Amino acid sequence: MMGHWIILPVVLPAILAGITVLAARHDLIMQRSLSLAGTAGFLAVALWLVLHADQPEAYRLGNWPAPFGIVLVLDGLSALMLVLLGAVALPVLLYVIGTEWDTRGQHFHALYLFQLMGLGGAFLTGDAFNLFVFFEVLLIASYGLMIHGGGEVRLRAGLQYVVVNLVGSTLFLFALATIYALTGTLNMADLAGKWAALPAGDQALARAAAAMLLLVFAVKGALVPLQFWLPGTYANAPGPVAALFAIMTKVGAYAVIRLGTLVFDQGPTAGMWQALLIPAALATLAVGAIGVLGARGLARQAAFAAIGSMGVVFLAVGAMTPAATAAALYYMIHSTLAGAALFLLADLVTDRRGTDRLDIARPPMAQGGLIAGLFMAAAIAMAGMPPLSGFLGKMLVLQALSVQAALVWTAVLLASFLTILGFARAGSALFWKAHASGEEAEAHRAEPLSFVALGLVLAGLAALTLAAGPVTGWLEHVAAALHAPEAYITANTLGERG
Amino acid sequence: MELLVAAAIGTLTAGGVYLILRLRSFPVILGLSLLSYAVNLFIFSAGRLAPGKTPIITKGVTDYTDPLPQALVLTAIVISFGMTAVLVLIAIGAHLGAGHDRTGMEDPPGPAAGEPAADGQEAGR
Repeated sequence: MMGHWIILPVVLPAILAGITVLAARHDLIMQRSLSLAGTAGFLAVALWLVLHADQPEAYRLGNWPAPFGIVLVLDGLSALMLVLLGAVALPVLLYVIGTEWDTRGQHFHALYLFQLMGLGGAFLTGDAFNLFVFFEVLLIASYGLMIHGGGEVRLRAGLQYVVVNLVGSTLFLFALATIYALTGTLNMADLAGKWAALPAGDQALARAAAAMLLLVFAVKGALVPLQFWLPGTYANAPGPVAALFAIMTKVGAYAVIRLGTLVFDQGPTAGMWQALLIPAALATLAVGAIGVLGARGLARQAAFAAIGSMGVVFLAVGAMTPAATAAALYYMIHSTLAGAALFLLADLVTDRRGTDRLDIARPPMAQGGLIAGLFMAAAIAMAGMPPLSGFLGKMLVLQALSVQAALVWTAVLLASFLTILGFARAGSALFWKAHASGEEAEAHRAEPLSFVALGLVLAGLAALTLAAGPVTGWLEHVAAALHAPEAYITANTLGERG
Repeated sequence: MELLVAAAIGTLTAGGVYLILRLRSFPVILGLSLLSYAVNLFIFSAGRLAPGKTPIITKGVTDYTDPLPQALVLTAIVISFGMTAVLVLIAIGAHLGAGHDRTGMEDPPGPAAGEPAADGQEAGR
């Protein structure tokens, strides 16, 4: 029994964010302490929840019974996403403090905590409309973080980001209203029961609603053809914010896994998302790999690598089998950490070099050897070469999709090859060619905390590799529960009085 | 009445989509507002059109309309209101920084095709 612990990932950052805005707005040390305490507390609660989440458990807000009230439901997948979020957010926050990014604008820490609250809520909620609300919470915090530090180019990129997401939100509402009109409920577990029993006359509308929802999640998850907003946004966002955003694309994947396995793979929409996801995921993989090869800046390259990794995730999600879902979850953990590491590296490089452009020659950067080594580790992880977890993740995905080996294996392996080429080119342009000029490196602050933060993310990747056996074992258990959601549905105790 | 509401939602959506596709931030914001009006009406009609019925339990009343879409609409209105305010602020910031309100990332040399000629602020760049 987890009781009130379930709501803590939402309430804890919300309260601390409020205190940060109201009481500590002029006190940077206080802001940093509150935000560190909030993020560390979030991670601790998430770890506690993951240890106790062997059975799904619902938390009724205001003690109203489902489906009339809103419930938060904690199951293995939610707990996993919470831990992943905490594991990315804590190093990124250390990095922000180490590089003093939080002094370049106001209210960074409050927005950061609100971002955690929105993401935590989105992973926990068991109600589709509540999912929309938490999407908006995390988005509005992300708008603030994205334009943190200001600057004309960043504001214009931020404008595009906001517009794209507002269109996505409108589409989300259209889809939810259609689903409500058809079924009379928005509780996910209740929907799971009613979706298969829709009358024949409503089935076309049901398919339209499911397609609209998939579009919304495709915008969030940067699935081709709706990936166009991501490179501009991530490359122009502050480096550590882009690193935190590495988990934002996973919100789209999370929603597809949750609703795809629970509700939409039955009745009028059986097999529909799979049929749409697989070709789109293959195209995403291709766009990501070609983008990594062709990008002119390191941050942009990291953004395209993030798109490519979403391609692999959605490919495995689209198969909708327990083995493939487990592989998708493993690769999702890996690609979030690897993406965050790459964005942090791009920020370190930009800070020391003045630009992250690969085609502009600059003298060697301060601490160049250390950064080059870390870049090599992150690039190996992202491209999926041994010995890091990217290799294992891709192996699992390929193994799970061996039915369609000819097409899928070719695409994944070719994309990995292009990614390796792209990163090799970036590494040689940034770290080797710099020495051709014969100039000395410019002095720069040492910033040990930033390197510790980056080291923590990479240590997470190493731990994921070393503990691959137990982790995949647990993920298979989680995936099996997702594909047989009876326990999740009974946890909602639909229609019973509280 | 169904036809009227459906036509209103359709017209608002069409106008919103057209305006979102413009290349300047002001029409885009207007388009997003129109779209949010359309979706609010749409959510409202998801509870079926039932004029003159009460949504909240009242003594002596047996005929009710669905109250949930009305609560959903309220949430959607508040959220879209706040989002529009944020968007307007970001757009003003971008406009003041760049000297124009084009939504693209590149700076075209002259006025974009199909757009009105450069206004006074742009001439002053």
